[in-house]
Amino acid sequence: MIFPLFCAMLKIGLFTFGGGYAMLALLQNELVEKKQWLQREEFLDMIAVAESTPGPVAVNSGTYVGYKIAGVWGALAATFGVCLPSFVIIFAVSLFFDRFLRLRAVAYAFSGIRVCVLYLILRTAVTLFKELEKTPFSMTVFGLVVAGMLCASLFASNFSTVLCILAAGAAGLVFCTVRRKAREKK
Amino acid sequence: MKLLVLFLTFVKIGGFSFGGGYGMISLMREEVLSHGWLTEEEFLSFVAVSESTPGPLAINMATFVGSHEGGFAGALFATIGVIVPSFTVILAIAALLRNFLKYSAVQGILLGVRPCVVGLIAATGLSMALSQLFGIEKIGEFSPDWRGVAIFLVLVLTHLILVKLKKKPPPVGMILFSAALGIIIYGLF
Repeated sequence: MIFPLFCAMLKIGLFTFGGGYAMLALLQNELVEKKQWLQREEFLDMIAVAESTPGPVAVNSGTYVGYKIAGVWGALAATFGVCLPSFVIIFAVSLFFDRFLRLRAVAYAFSGIRVCVLYLILRTAVTLFKELEKTPFSMTVFGLVVAGMLCASLFASNFSTVLCILAAGAAGLVFCTVRRKAREKK
Repeated sequence: MKLLVLFLTFVKIGGFSFGGGYGMISLMREEVLSHGWLTEEEFLSFVAVSESTPGPLAINMATFVGSHEGGFAGALFATIGVIVPSFTVILAIAALLRNFLKYSAVQGILLGVRPCVVGLIAATGLSMALSQLFGIEKIGEFSPDWRGVAIFLVLVLTHLILVKLKKKPPPVGMILFSAALGIIIYGLF
């Protein structure tokens, strides 16, 4: 069980472009429909957990799926499998990258590509913003984070992403508790 | 020592990135810039390569930055580092906390973390665009790169046209297109 699992995850790691969400379709096709190692419902649970916990969605879902199928060793084999192609390919690229960038045409191409990455990041932000449930609370958090981070960068003061996430989590917790208490009173 | 720093930094990045893909962009940028591992330009180039090669963005970035800083061992330590938090947390949930998502505390925390992560991605994108396209790193600075701005506008326009035609602009396709634009615009002007 462990070796076929490793191979299946290796294949998924090798053929996924663009990160976690693109991978979910492949995972479903391979593990739920073809190999039938997981039930549809378990798979949906897995997505919910993978999205709500820290870390790359690909690693989260790999670990979860591996554990469900073959325990701790399954989790290890699946995670190792899904990361191995990335590691090998990127390590190989990194050996030549600096020399590659010294070619004039490549340097020009990357001047364009860097602009494209800005577009890709902003595009992701727009997509996620559209999917976000828009309540006064979530919009306040969103607005404060954007304003806080932009101000910090413009006035060259320090900004800590970790503190920001912790504060937002704490605010969510307080907000939820207060709301529940208020409802109970009614 | 360097390997340990790489490992711990990437444990932190793995432990505080939510939402997959660009969820890690804000913390990753903060860490690689503050450690002086990469410049903003190198960072953007690495993201582009990570996006155009197979595999999860966070793993690709970890391997790339690790290799840049500490060769093979660096790549290994950084990659393992970024995986460790995910692996431990998920294993704990799969094995012990079956109803993890049903706890009201978890739901409350996620209620705050979700909009925060979207805000972090938006603000990171905006502040990088300000510094790369308009040369605004601090308030008062302004040295725009009009060629970059032109490429950005062409990409946004292409995006809008494709969306109008009911097509989803593929990221790798857009990267290749921007490479061609870069060669033409930076090569000629």
